[in-house]
Amino acid sequence: MSTPLVVTKRMTEYPSDSHTIARYEATGGYEQAKRALGMTRDELVGEVKTSELLGRGGAAFPAGVKWGFLAPERPAYLVVNADESEPGTFKDRQLLERDPHQMIEGMIITAIANEAHLAFIYIRGEYPKPARRTQRAIEEAYQNGYLGRGIFGSDYDLDIVVHLGAGAYICGEETALINSLEGERGEPRLKPPYFPAAKGLYMKPTIVNNVETMSNIPHILEMGGEAYRDLVIALDTGTYMISLSGHVKRPGNYELPHTLSWRELIYDIGGGIRDDKELKAWIPGGASAPWFVPDEHLDLIVAKEACALAGSMLGSGAVVVMDEDTCMVRAAERIVRFFSHESCGQCTPCREGTTWMEMILRRIDEGAGRPVDLDLLIDVSDGISVGLQWPPKMTTICPLGPSAVSPIIALRDYFRDEVQRHVDLGGCPFELKSGETRARAPSSLAGAGPEVRGGSTGSIPSDRESAGEGSS
Amino acid sequence: MSHWSESTQERAREIIDLYPQKRSAVMPLLYLAMAEEGHLTETGMEEVARWCEITPAQVLSVASFYTMYKRERTGKYLISCCTSISCMLLGGDEVMHAVEDESGVPHGETDEEGLLSVEHAECIGACGGAPAVQVNYELIEGVTPDKARDLVTWLKKARPVVVNTDEMQELFGGRRSFDWAIPETDGAIGPFPAFQPLGTVESEGGE
Ligand SMILES: Cc1cc2nc3c(=O)[nH]c(=O)nc-3n(C[C@H](O)[C@H](O)[C@H](O)COP(=O)(O)O)c2cc1C
Ligand code: SF4
Ligand code: FES
Repeated sequence: MSTPLVVTKRMTEYPSDSHTIARYEATGGYEQAKRALGMTRDELVGEVKTSELLGRGGAAFPAGVKWGFLAPERPAYLVVNADESEPGTFKDRQLLERDPHQMIEGMIITAIANEAHLAFIYIRGEYPKPARRTQRAIEEAYQNGYLGRGIFGSDYDLDIVVHLGAGAYICGEETALINSLEGERGEPRLKPPYFPAAKGLYMKPTIVNNVETMSNIPHILEMGGEAYRDLVIALDTGTYMISLSGHVKRPGNYELPHTLSWRELIYDIGGGIRDDKELKAWIPGGASAPWFVPDEHLDLIVAKEACALAGSMLGSGAVVVMDEDTCMVRAAERIVRFFSHESCGQCTPCREGTTWMEMILRRIDEGAGRPVDLDLLIDVSDGISVGLQWPPKMTTICPLGPSAVSPIIALRDYFRDEVQRHVDLGGCPFELKSGETRARAPSSLAGAGPEVRGGSTGSIPSDRESAGEGSS
Repeated sequence: MSHWSESTQERAREIIDLYPQKRSAVMPLLYLAMAEEGHLTETGMEEVARWCEITPAQVLSVASFYTMYKRERTGKYLISCCTSISCMLLGGDEVMHAVEDESGVPHGETDEEGLLSVEHAECIGACGGAPAVQVNYELIEGVTPDKARDLVTWLKKARPVVVNTDEMQELFGGRRSFDWAIPETDGAIGPFPAFQPLGTVESEGGE
């Protein structure tokens, strides 16, 4: 049995104008925002708590519970996280481009529930088109009196400001995002306070939620918290959006129609592997998540709990599929390079560890690996994430550092032989087999000029010695 | 005294008004400074410092944190090739190589004329349409090495004043992450995101 589409319904039924306020209103839009004005904070928070909506930014924290944490001090702020930069993830981009009013209505309801009169949406700098679409939609809402002074003819004021990022993944971490919004470097804050709901933007109570989380809010009000929860239970995790990419025949964003196994997701929804090759491994929830392999995980269900029990996570819902001809060393290098590039540099294990891991992986990929390298990788990884387990034991300010270890867990558990073959052959077995040397993209610090990530020590080889400011 | 044009100063004032604290405007103002001079200069950063009432050193500390604030001369067209995991799996490194080869500009550099800059990028949120490339942050999905070469040639010859994502997708793109459905009329005029944060905000925040 399939459940109806929720957040992607309008864009699916009305592709040519789902982004306009006319279409939004013709399909019931802004009715729930109006209704929310007549409800109390307790009623609104209660409804969302009942719905069991989980945050869609990666941590899957219950949205209603988070709202409940809002400290009594005022003003309070709402910040929507549209920094979407986790490799493999592209769902928020579609929600912003194709149905921005849905998110805006979610923001209005959330602002009312949390007594905020100023809301920001932080959109990554590489998303100018989604930002323009969002801005136009916000302007339409202002013109109709749904934003600004006295929204919907009430005495409630609400402004929404679009704030553009500038190319730093770490700003997706909520406290880094807040620092960035304050005009500081986008470095995560030390916890506690654990939630910006206690002290956030300008040290005031702040609710930070993801775009997809916001887009679900109007539907919760419309169908009622309990009906939404039935949907969540039917789907195990709710109307999750999955971004499917890599070696599948039909990549794309999919709102899960019912509880699925990974086999069904990859083979039925994704159409199977390109050129009908064999599946080798996949990343279940964005670059941060430990990988899955067909022998052990193909018949598990695509859900939060099941992923957690298997030592990984559904995270941002980004599924990256790799076929039999994928070099696991190269794939691991690419993910580690990402974290190395995006490390903000505050914590030594993350800053130094990711740099070392990238260099070691690159050396193995290029054929200069040594027999001890895999153990060295595991050792360095252990320095960032003690015991290499998921969820990690935290030794750093934020989870970015420990996330970089996920591909190493996969190499250790499933692909030790493949790493060994690289070392034995003095090169990549896939290249040697095909007889072609593939192009290699630069490492994370190539071409970065004299400014590399802050604070590298002299123990790092010469091309990384020139410490300076600069990050990501 | 401001080095900025009247209209830029007016815009700076309006942007600052969007925020409860002046310092929060530093990021949008840095983009404004780039738009004014083509990249971020010392003068530009001093100007931003004055508007936000912080020191130039504080502005530099912020600007240097983010990759999109280009403090070196940058081409009229900035070509960013994604080589993150999903793009790499489908040939992103080869696309990057084709762009470098055809343009003669390696990663992180700009040609002599100041026309093209080339860089590899981490995931740009187009993984379903991998490999993906952006020109001045306007997206093209499903690019092949051959199409990437054509793109470089086209930029050199046609030198479009406004870089439009739909036009480029039509000419050089392939499979998309999802149906774009709605044509986009706006585009970029330089190596910074084509976005104006100014809406029709009537009141001055929620304080
Ligand atoms: C390194 C890092 C990057 C993150 N990037 C994002 C992001 O791009 N978008 C997002 O919504 N959440 C991101 N998060 C999660 C946020 O910190 C936060 O949990 C989330 O925005 C809360 O919204 P939600 O409860 O609606 O999911 C990131 C977290 C970490 C540690
Ligand atoms: S773990 Fe890494 S990214 Fe996170 S705060 Fe520490 S250095 Fe920065
Ligand atoms: S990996 Fe290239 S766009 Fe995401």
